[in-house]
Amino acid sequence: MDSPTPPSPEPIAAPIANIEVKAVLLLLLMLALIVGTVAYVLYARGAFERTQELVLLADDSEGVVLGMDMTFSGFPIGRVRRVELADKGNVRIIIDVPSKDARWLRTSSVFTMESGLVGNTKIRAYSGVLTDPPLPDGSERTALRGDTAAEIPKLVAMVKDLTQNLVNMTGESSNLNQSLANVQTVTETLKGPNGTLKMLLGDDANAKQLITALTQVNALLVKMDGLAAKTDKQVFGDKGLMVDAQATVKQVSATLLDARASLQKLDAVLVEAQGIASNTKVATTDLGSLRAEVETSLRKVEQLVGEINRKWPFARDTALKLP
Amino acid sequence: MRPIHTINALHSKLGTKLGAFGSGTARWMLGWWDIVFFGAQALVVSLSPSSYRAQTARIVARHIYQSIGSILPWYTVLTALISLVMTRIVVVTALSYGLSQFALEMVVRVLVLELLPMSAALFVALRYMAPVSSDIATLQRESKQASWRDDQAVLRDELMPRVLAGVVSVLTLTAVSAVVALLIAYMVVYGLSPWGFEAYTRMVGRVFSPAVALGFAVKSLLFSLAVGVIPVAAALINEPLANVGNKIGNKVGNKVSSNIGLTLANLGESGLVRLFLVIFIIEAATLMIKYF
Repeated sequence: MDSPTPPSPEPIAAPIANIEVKAVLLLLLMLALIVGTVAYVLYARGAFERTQELVLLADDSEGVVLGMDMTFSGFPIGRVRRVELADKGNVRIIIDVPSKDARWLRTSSVFTMESGLVGNTKIRAYSGVLTDPPLPDGSERTALRGDTAAEIPKLVAMVKDLTQNLVNMTGESSNLNQSLANVQTVTETLKGPNGTLKMLLGDDANAKQLITALTQVNALLVKMDGLAAKTDKQVFGDKGLMVDAQATVKQVSATLLDARASLQKLDAVLVEAQGIASNTKVATTDLGSLRAEVETSLRKVEQLVGEINRKWPFARDTALKLP
Repeated sequence: MRPIHTINALHSKLGTKLGAFGSGTARWMLGWWDIVFFGAQALVVSLSPSSYRAQTARIVARHIYQSIGSILPWYTVLTALISLVMTRIVVVTALSYGLSQFALEMVVRVLVLELLPMSAALFVALRYMAPVSSDIATLQRESKQASWRDDQAVLRDELMPRVLAGVVSVLTLTAVSAVVALLIAYMVVYGLSPWGFEAYTRMVGRVFSPAVALGFAVKSLLFSLAVGVIPVAAALINEPLANVGNKIGNKVGNKVSSNIGLTLANLGESGLVRLFLVIFIIEAATLMIKYF
C-alpha cells in the first residue's frame, strides 16, 4: 500500500488558494445538510416530543396508514403509530398524542373514522365538554365509523330497486300503462259524438235512449207550462177560485163574530150557573149537619130501645154460665 | 488485494479463445464484475486510515473541491428553478381540482424523493465523472510504464480521490437540492409567513416515514457509489482490452476491438452507458420496493 506514488501525468491546473480549507468547508456543508435534514425529519416525525398513547378500537382498518394524523377541529393533534389486529378480530389503532395537545382530549371525547370518496380515511376527535377530566394515558376508545364508500353499495341497491320499479311501472303490461291506455280510450270516446254520455252510460244505445227521454221530458215540460197557465187563470182569475174563496172567508169571519157574541152570552149563563152551584153547595153543607143531628137522634133512640130491652121482663138472660 | 491487471489478463484470454459475439457478451458481463471488484477496492482504500497521508489528503481535497465547487452553484440555481416551476404547477393544478391538501405531499414525494437525487447523480456523472473517465483513460494510455501498473499506488493517489469526489459530490448535491426544494415548496405555498411551519413540518414528517427515509438514504448512497465507481472502473477495464487487441495484432483481436467499439476515443461513452443503466435500475428498484 505504501509503494511510491507515481507522478501524476495529469497537467496540474492553476493552483487554487486554500484548497484544503475549502474542501473541508464543503464537506462540513454536506455533513451539516445531512445532519440537519435528519434532525428535521426526526423532529417532524415527533421524535423529540413527549407523547401519550391512545388506542382506538375499530372493526375495519381500511384506509388507516402509519403516520396519518388524528385531527381535532381540523388541527392535527395525534399520529398513528401502529395498527394491529386484536384477539377479538377487531382493529387496534395506536395513536401517539403529544402531551401539549393531549388537553383537547377528555374522557367524554368521541372519535370517528371517516372515509370520503376522495382522499384518505380521516380520524377525528370531538370533545364536547372541555371541563371533563382529561383522557388518561393508554385509554381505549371505540372509533365510530362513517364510510361514504360503504354507503355506495346500499345506495346502488336502492337505485336498482327504484329503477326496477320504474321499469315495472313503464312496462307494456304495467298497471300504469294500462291506466294510461284506458285514459286514452276515454279521451277518444270523449272526443266523439255524445262522448260524455257514452262514457257515462257505456253504450251508444243507452245514450240515445237518454236523449230521447230528455226530449220527452222537454215536451212534458211544455205541456206542464200550458197547464200551469190555465190553472193560474182558473184559480187567480177574475172568476177564479180564489175570489170565491175570499168571499167564503169573509162569511166565515162574520160567522165567527156571531159565534163570539153567543159565547159571551154563554159565559154570562155560566156565571149564573156558578152562583146556583155555590148555593147548592151551602145547602149541601146544611144537609150534613141535619144528617148528623138525625144520626144523633137515632142513636139516642137505639140507646132507649136497648134500655127498654134490659129493663123489660122478657129480657134475655145475658149472663154467661160456666160449666 | 487482487491487482487489476490480473483481471485484465482474463480479458486477454477471452479475446483469444472466444468468437467475436460470444466474447463480447462474456466480456461485457465480466466487465460488471470488474466494476464491482474495483468498487470494493476503492472502498477499502478510502476507508483505510493509512491512505490519508498529507499528500493524499491534499489530492482528495483538490478533487472534492473541483467536483463540488464547479457544480454546486449552477446545480443549486437549476434545482431552485425546477422546484419553483414544478411546485407551482402542482399546487395550482391541485388547487383547481380542489385537492390542494395533497399538493405539497406530492411535490415532496416526487421532487425530493425521486427526481432530485437522480438528477444530482446524472449531473455529477455528466459534469464531473465523464471528464474524469476520459482523464483516466488518457493517463493510463500515456503511462504505459510499469509505474502505472503499480495498482495500489495508482488506486490510492489517482483513482480513489476521484471516486471519493464523485461520491461526496452526489451526496452533497442531493442534500442541497433536497433542502432547496423543501424551502422553495414552503415559500410557494405559504410565502414568507412562519405560521405554516408546523403544518409543513407535519406533512414532511408524514412523508418521511422510517421506511421511506431509509429508502431515500440507501438510494442516495447507491447513486453516489455508482457515480463514483463506474466511470473510473469502466475507463480502467476498457483500456487494457484495447491494448491487448493491439498487442495481439491478429485479425480476431482487431475485429473484437473494432466491433465492440473499444477504441480510446469512446471509452468514456461505454462507462457512462453502464452508469446510466445502473442509475435507472436503482431508481426503478426503489420505486418498485416502495410502491408495489
